[in-house]
Amino acid sequence: MASAAQGNDPTAARITPKVEKVESSEHSATASKKDAPVRFQISHLNFFYGPKQAVFDVNLSIPAKKVTALIGPSGCGKSTFLRTLNRMNETIRHSRVVGDIRLDGQDILQMDVVALRRRVGMVFQRPNPFPKSIYDNVAYGLRINGYKGRLDDLVEHSLRRAALWEEVKDYLHKSAFALSGGQQQRLCIARALAVDPEVLLLDEPCSALDPVTTAKIEELMFHLKDSCTMAIVTHNMQQAARASDFTAFMLDGKLIEHSETSKLFTTPHDPRTEAYITGRFG
Amino acid sequence: MATTATSMDRAVPPEAGPRSFVHRLRHGDEVAHVLTLMFAALILLVTSLLVFILWEKSHLSRAQFGWSFLWTSVWDPVFGHFGALPFIYGTLVTSVVSLAIAVPLGLAAAIFLAELAPRTLSDYIAFLIDLLAAVPSVIYGLFGIFIVVPLMRTTIGPALKHTLGFLPIFSGPNYGVGFLTAGIVLAIMIVPFIISVSREVLLTVPRDQREAAMGLGATRWEATWKVVVPWARTGVMGSIFLALARALGETMAVTMVIGNDPKIVASLFAPGYTIAAVIANEFTEATGDLYLSALIELGLVLFLMTFILNGLARLLILATERGGGRPS
Amino acid sequence: MNRARIIWRKSLNIVMLSLTGVAAFGVVAVLFLILGYFIYNGGHSLNWAFFTQLPKPTGETGGGMANAIVGSLKLLFLSALFGLPVGLMAGIYLAEFGGKTFAYIIRYTVDLLNGVPSIVIGIFAYALAVQPVKHFSTVAGGFALGIMVIPITVRASEEFLRAIPNSLREGAMALGASKWKTIASVILPAASGGIITGMLLSLARVAGETAPLLFTALGNQYWSPGWSQPTSALPLMIYEYAISAYDDLHRQAWAAGLVLLGLVLLANLGCRLVMNRRGVRGV
Repeated sequence: MASAAQGNDPTAARITPKVEKVESSEHSATASKKDAPVRFQISHLNFFYGPKQAVFDVNLSIPAKKVTALIGPSGCGKSTFLRTLNRMNETIRHSRVVGDIRLDGQDILQMDVVALRRRVGMVFQRPNPFPKSIYDNVAYGLRINGYKGRLDDLVEHSLRRAALWEEVKDYLHKSAFALSGGQQQRLCIARALAVDPEVLLLDEPCSALDPVTTAKIEELMFHLKDSCTMAIVTHNMQQAARASDFTAFMLDGKLIEHSETSKLFTTPHDPRTEAYITGRFG
Repeated sequence: MATTATSMDRAVPPEAGPRSFVHRLRHGDEVAHVLTLMFAALILLVTSLLVFILWEKSHLSRAQFGWSFLWTSVWDPVFGHFGALPFIYGTLVTSVVSLAIAVPLGLAAAIFLAELAPRTLSDYIAFLIDLLAAVPSVIYGLFGIFIVVPLMRTTIGPALKHTLGFLPIFSGPNYGVGFLTAGIVLAIMIVPFIISVSREVLLTVPRDQREAAMGLGATRWEATWKVVVPWARTGVMGSIFLALARALGETMAVTMVIGNDPKIVASLFAPGYTIAAVIANEFTEATGDLYLSALIELGLVLFLMTFILNGLARLLILATERGGGRPS
Repeated sequence: MNRARIIWRKSLNIVMLSLTGVAAFGVVAVLFLILGYFIYNGGHSLNWAFFTQLPKPTGETGGGMANAIVGSLKLLFLSALFGLPVGLMAGIYLAEFGGKTFAYIIRYTVDLLNGVPSIVIGIFAYALAVQPVKHFSTVAGGFALGIMVIPITVRASEEFLRAIPNSLREGAMALGASKWKTIASVILPAASGGIITGMLLSLARVAGETAPLLFTALGNQYWSPGWSQPTSALPLMIYEYAISAYDDLHRQAWAAGLVLLGLVLLANLGCRLVMNRRGVRGV
């Protein structure tokens, strides 16, 4: 019960002994950032699709106001893992989460799921704007959550944060489908940002986009960091290297290594990590 | 609100999944689920009620006549003797006649639309034929009374008599109304269904079937008739069953041109009666509970006939869709 | 290869293929033939009197079908009231909430209901809405037609809801919308076009139905005030006049038929065009 009030340091300290049994790399990463506040604390996360287990005993912390990248070959469980953080997997029948996931010390599995999703937003692989106007897309989250205040200002603010305002400010009432793929994805980011989430989860957001748009989105991630913790799943290692502060490498549903991005890519501890980032598989 | 953090020692981890999913379901979702479920259940209720009512209200007649109702050909409201045979006969005869006309016509048209016509033309014509399917029964009936009946009396009837008059089905006097006229009108009504379903089923036959046949030197027609149509055979059969089910239950158009005479005659020129027609004509005139009950029993018979046919039709169409690939 | 046989096969090929073309165009020609006859026979009878006057007593010429037109409108309104909400809700259930077995049973039942001959529906409505109160009524007719509206509406609703990609549902839920809010604020609006066309098609179908009205609404020579009296309807009038012995009534039947045919075809044309533009198969 004490952990709820304290949250960060005591939790990190409590985690460390367990980590000793697993990887020393995680110990060093957490140790060096021990004083940085942690947004998400995941312990012994196991996930099942029916009888099939997809995530095995993952322990991870996602530090606040930083970008954490999740890399790994296809099917390694990184998307599944990401989707447990806002409980999107619950829409799948017969799925089961076992473990401890804490957002600022609160157990998200006990939380009201709608309240959780207001605090933890998500951007998907393919842009999925609603068949409404640009304005109504961004305003959607605000409206259903009953936000008071001037919608116009909030919509503009979100579109600015998503680096889309200048391009659409004169066309707010046009259909979202009139936008290009890259613009639609930034619209989805704006939509997610509109409810002012503490964390933004991005599930391979650039995989359907061209390099120029990808660069734009990586740039806006950099600017968003200060106000929003981010976790991004990507199969593009260069993107992980460019855009993230921390990187976690997953393989076959297990977390293999997790450390500062620069360290992971230059001096990985685990031979499997090294094999993956040098392109020997995946 | 949070539980203890030492998850390693946690006895029973909170499980996400069916039980706790429902547990965390928001109140609004539950309400929506139950509400929509209730409406869906209402449909179930109405349909069950319908079957029950047919069964219940025909009780008098069933108790009185038993199974012999189905093969008694007497229909005598005055003395209270009721038998379904003339109507079953009329229903079947008109339906068979309509199929005899509509199936070759419909299948031919479907072949044209699926195999020969360029896709856009095929779509346009299919669209127009769908419109034909939407025309109300009473419109066909009107058309039947004032156009087909005189035609039968003046042109078609004499022509048939002249050529095939020796056959029992074309014997006897021709008043214009009768089984044949009803069959013709019914044929026009059901041909759109045959065309529409057959066309779709034919379109699902894989290209390589045609190409294999033609590669062996078959003409276009041979490839179509001997390879493509057989492949889609079950689906086409299904469309025929569906059309038949529709023909059985058709009321207004048939009532207006069949002559309303409950007799079992061999000649197609003779007036007859169908189940639907007799119910339409005599229901409000029915004096006495037995009379009404007999009519309702006829309704029950009709319901069962269409129920079985529709079921078979769906099975057949399903079988083709599974075996022959996905329909467009 | 035998030369004669090849010639025979080739000739057969041309003959049979031409016949199929004849069949296809022949069927389409029938549609235009019917339309043509109605315009020819009924067009000149469509005057102001037709739309505004009541039927004259038997034997007298003239008069109109004002009461039938109003009656049809009232019946359509009732059938929409009874059938559309049920159909929509059931469609939502099947598309968004349904479990496996129960949903299968519902779908099967809807198909079954769709295949029930309309005269049998009339018997059912008679037993439920006429017999207990011992009189025919507009409500009973509306009830019968309402039942017939349900199957098409269910199918259209379910199909168009299912057609909405799951990514939209996920997007809404990720923003914190509960399931019912997602359905109400994103999914239903997105599917609304198709669903409304499906509803209009179902109404167009029952507008032309006669058999279920024969012993529920019964028919009426005069105005039918309120909802609990028998009422005339366009299809009923067409039927009565067509089988009558008077030429003047026949003439009016053609006119009424033209009106009914025109409305039904227009509604179907419009709806199907809209659906085709959306690239979805017709119902």
